[in-house]
Amino acid sequence: MKITVDTDLCEVHGDCVVAAPDIFDIGEDDDVVQILNAEPGEEYRKAIVQAVKMCPVAAIRIEG
Amino acid sequence: MQDVVAVGGGLAGFRFAQGLREAGYDGRVTIVSDEKHLPYDRPPLSKQLLAGTYTEEQCALPGDAPDVTWVMGRRAERLDRERRVVVLDDGAEVAYDGLLIATGRRARTWNGPMPASGVHTLRDLEDTAAFRSAIDADAKVVIVGAGFIGCEVAATLRKEGVSVTVVDVAAYPMPVMGSEVGARAAAIHEAQGVRFRLGRGVAGFEGEERVTGVRLEDGELLEATVVLVAVGSVPNSEWFEDAGLSMDRSVVVCDATCTVIDASGQPVPEIVAAGDIAAWPHHHGDGAAVCIEHWSNARDMADLAAVNLLLPISDRSPMAATASVPTFWSDQYDVKIKSAGFLRAADSWTIVAEDPEKPSLLVEGHRNGELVGAIAFNMNRSIIGYQRQLAAPAPS
Repeated sequence: MKITVDTDLCEVHGDCVVAAPDIFDIGEDDDVVQILNAEPGEEYRKAIVQAVKMCPVAAIRIEG
Repeated sequence: MQDVVAVGGGLAGFRFAQGLREAGYDGRVTIVSDEKHLPYDRPPLSKQLLAGTYTEEQCALPGDAPDVTWVMGRRAERLDRERRVVVLDDGAEVAYDGLLIATGRRARTWNGPMPASGVHTLRDLEDTAAFRSAIDADAKVVIVGAGFIGCEVAATLRKEGVSVTVVDVAAYPMPVMGSEVGARAAAIHEAQGVRFRLGRGVAGFEGEERVTGVRLEDGELLEATVVLVAVGSVPNSEWFEDAGLSMDRSVVVCDATCTVIDASGQPVPEIVAAGDIAAWPHHHGDGAAVCIEHWSNARDMADLAAVNLLLPISDRSPMAATASVPTFWSDQYDVKIKSAGFLRAADSWTIVAEDPEKPSLLVEGHRNGELVGAIAFNMNRSIIGYQRQLAAPAPS
């Protein structure tokens, strides 16, 4: 599975960090979210799907 | 269940329909909406749409709601629970065996005489277009109400150099966040050229055909070519007021599973509710039902209501701990304001960090010494920590 974030859409709401803290992070001064692990294992799928659902601007995509 | 009806075509109704399909429901889904547009996102209205950086199309909510029967431009007039039908404003009846109440709220309007034109509210796409078209470079805009909408609109217009004066009876803007945050927010707006008239009420509007000014209760006259009344919202609850449901301040009361409670205190298995037309028991609200008017609350309630409606009462799950932490955001100038927790519960505020140059700010709200919420300006990482901390069960 591959994770991408549309940085034009991202407004650093941080809901993805709450849903999947092993995959996403936000620094205090970041304009867009950081992807900590862009190709995570299947064990993270549930948390990432939740992050996708929670994102207020629908910026996160899962491929595969 | 074969006939699920959502009344309300906003974020909650749309996500609810998506949630039903994701949960495997293959019966009919009908969304009744009094809007002319398919569901759209409201947060950009006072910011990107007003500024012209988003088109109306870009405000559409993302994703599909597969196989929905849309009943657009129609208002629900009455809920007949015995016959399980929703009666619409054209007399048509929509039958349901599962129902979502998600009619949300509308802008509170000025309760008094008004000029024929020039006084606006801002809640939907049409409002935003009408307000926008009334503003030119020489406009003198008076905003009545220094809440979030009033402050966001002020910020959007000041970026274009439009003259803006904001009036409120409160002593500082966005009073739900407390006086410390309010004072700093006022300073940020003033540095950008917003004029405030705080702690002062509006007596009325001047002008007949078109607004020419706003008269304050102390006699001051503010010249105005356009006025925005941004004094909160009222629930769209008239259609179910006589349906024998439990109500609190004109919103429907549900339990923590989003199942609606009837007037005798019993759950109504076939009716769920979501968004800012509903109140549910929150652990920071002393267990009382509270109505949380945030985007994220509509999202979380709608997602849960869809799953729960398909289950027997005994199998329904309550709101997840993280989702139960109210959160909101507001963008004003280059300041990202974020909040976590139930701010209305706070009885004291503590400044934890501050950098007026950046600007950044972190404030905690406590009740009886217990943390109930936090507010951050441009501290996007810190606020996430509070979201997590507040999601944990309160120490007993």
